[in-house]
Amino acid sequence: MQLILESLFNGVAIGSVLLIAALGLAIVFGLMGVINLAHGELMMLGAYSTYITQLIFKQVSFLKPFYDSYVIVAIGIAFLVSGTVGILLERTVIRRLYGNPLETLLATWGVSLILQQFVRSVPLAYGSGLVIAIFIGLITPLFLSDDLLNGAKGRLIRACTWGMSALIGVATGGVLSSLVSKLGRASARNVDVTAPSWMRGGIDFLGSTYPKTRLLIILITLISVLVVIFFLDKTAWGLRIRAVTQNRSMSECLGISTEKVDIITFGIGSGIAGVAGVAVSLLGSVGPNVGVNYIVGCFMVVVLGGVGNLLGTILASFSIGIMTDLIGAGRLLTIWPDMPSPLASTVDFFATTSMARVMIFALIVLFLQFSPTGMFPQKGRMVES
Amino acid sequence: MTLLKTNGLNTYYGESHILRNVDININSGEMVCLIGRNGVGKTTFLKSLIGLLTPRSGEITFNGDLINRKPPHQRARAGIAYVPQGREIIPYLSVEENLQLGMEALPGGVAKHKKIDELIFELFPVLKQFLSRRGGDLSGGQQQQLAIARALLGKPKLLLLDEPTEGIQPNIVQDIESAVRRIIDETGIAVLLVEQHLHFVKQADRYYAMQRGGIVANGPTSELSKSVVEKFLSV
Repeated sequence: MQLILESLFNGVAIGSVLLIAALGLAIVFGLMGVINLAHGELMMLGAYSTYITQLIFKQVSFLKPFYDSYVIVAIGIAFLVSGTVGILLERTVIRRLYGNPLETLLATWGVSLILQQFVRSVPLAYGSGLVIAIFIGLITPLFLSDDLLNGAKGRLIRACTWGMSALIGVATGGVLSSLVSKLGRASARNVDVTAPSWMRGGIDFLGSTYPKTRLLIILITLISVLVVIFFLDKTAWGLRIRAVTQNRSMSECLGISTEKVDIITFGIGSGIAGVAGVAVSLLGSVGPNVGVNYIVGCFMVVVLGGVGNLLGTILASFSIGIMTDLIGAGRLLTIWPDMPSPLASTVDFFATTSMARVMIFALIVLFLQFSPTGMFPQKGRMVES
Repeated sequence: MTLLKTNGLNTYYGESHILRNVDININSGEMVCLIGRNGVGKTTFLKSLIGLLTPRSGEITFNGDLINRKPPHQRARAGIAYVPQGREIIPYLSVEENLQLGMEALPGGVAKHKKIDELIFELFPVLKQFLSRRGGDLSGGQQQQLAIARALLGKPKLLLLDEPTEGIQPNIVQDIESAVRRIIDETGIAVLLVEQHLHFVKQADRYYAMQRGGIVANGPTSELSKSVVEKFLSV
């Protein structure tokens, strides 16, 4: 019983990391049909946001008493940071490439390299300033009336708002680098996020210990999935997104601004990648390459689950998680100790993290031979054109 | 009062010239029928009006505004509703959600309007019993009724109907005909109908006949002579 519980917990823990990482991709790739190879780097930005938030909470005197709750603040900040960068990416690159999957693939890969180098060579304080500038620049037009934004006067006003946000960005960068000296220098080294005291240690239950960070990640994943499902099923924007996914041109004829839908869908998908980054930062050190480790797994989950199907994504990530634990920890040997020796040595051979990965890949390839469209194939049409 | 006016409209599909200098004029509250054999450019014309195709030259004036360069969603919000050939129901959304999407053209969109007007169920009672069913699961005739209902919920000034009776069983054709008639009488919206069914064509006030992408004849439908009908309708 204890064994089953422990195995199940480990599987669910691995699965929920996969799920939160793949959830944003399921939205971007599944609903919009955009292959975004920079998804991992959006996660990386989320992880760095956690690091920056933590440092700010540690160094700035009036935030110090709230240090224990920085993780919760970081989730919101990471969502905004990755969402902003994602929207910028959609506006500048991906929007011009809708319907050209190969070009999208190459362009987003290029963006991923740029982002990796960006965190290496730009001091994090100024990087945050840049993101803040973009965020303010993107958001101000939404608060101005349409009359102000039209014609020659509108162009001037737009230029002014961007100029203003650039100034605010530079100012924030300056303030941050003087407040927190660590953020003022560029560094390619990995950094560490330390969990606040309430998250260290574990909870004992039926004789086994469950680490609190893992429990928190499961909780974050659960909440994110519920929020996404609620958003897609119950809100007006969710309805619009579903309509555009299924029939783009008719949705446009009904009065839905497909351009806005693209921005919002991409922004939310990217924002969730940021939240995944927070989860990832709690598991290990944060570096420019942290996203690369997850991107393959993310695509695997989305393809295995069936493109465009959230339920499929959920089931796929948990089955991969549980399988990884079963194979990687050699659980079969524990369950059945007197296994015949050739079989036992095979099981033993695969009982390492990297070999388990190989095995899982092989199994997925095998599965896709029989069901090429994944566990829950999408029967309708995908994003046209 | 003129509601929609096109002036020298020329539309191309790639390099092939489809519409040639099309001029038409629709008044508020009027039902106008566009007739012509298959492939003369009737659907292309409707697509140019809603904005799915961009004319290479010419002007489209709707309600006093030049709308040539506006994207379809802005035209929809300005008061043009489109019921395309093939109906284009959103397949995996429920009938209710499809109907709600019709209200996206109202100010505020679906965020503000969720309640479906009872008049719609009076016009198309079959929709009420299928509210929770998926749009793609309905029969062709039911989908057509859903498409018209969806278009009406946006309270348009002009309704574009592309072959609403094509491939639909005769008893439902009657339902659709009388519903459209009733809509015009009660709400006073203008309708531009593309149709092959002579009986339905006769319901219109005026007709335009199209041949090879240009308008070649027009007049009140009461004056539709047998020879004109034979020339332009494939019946």
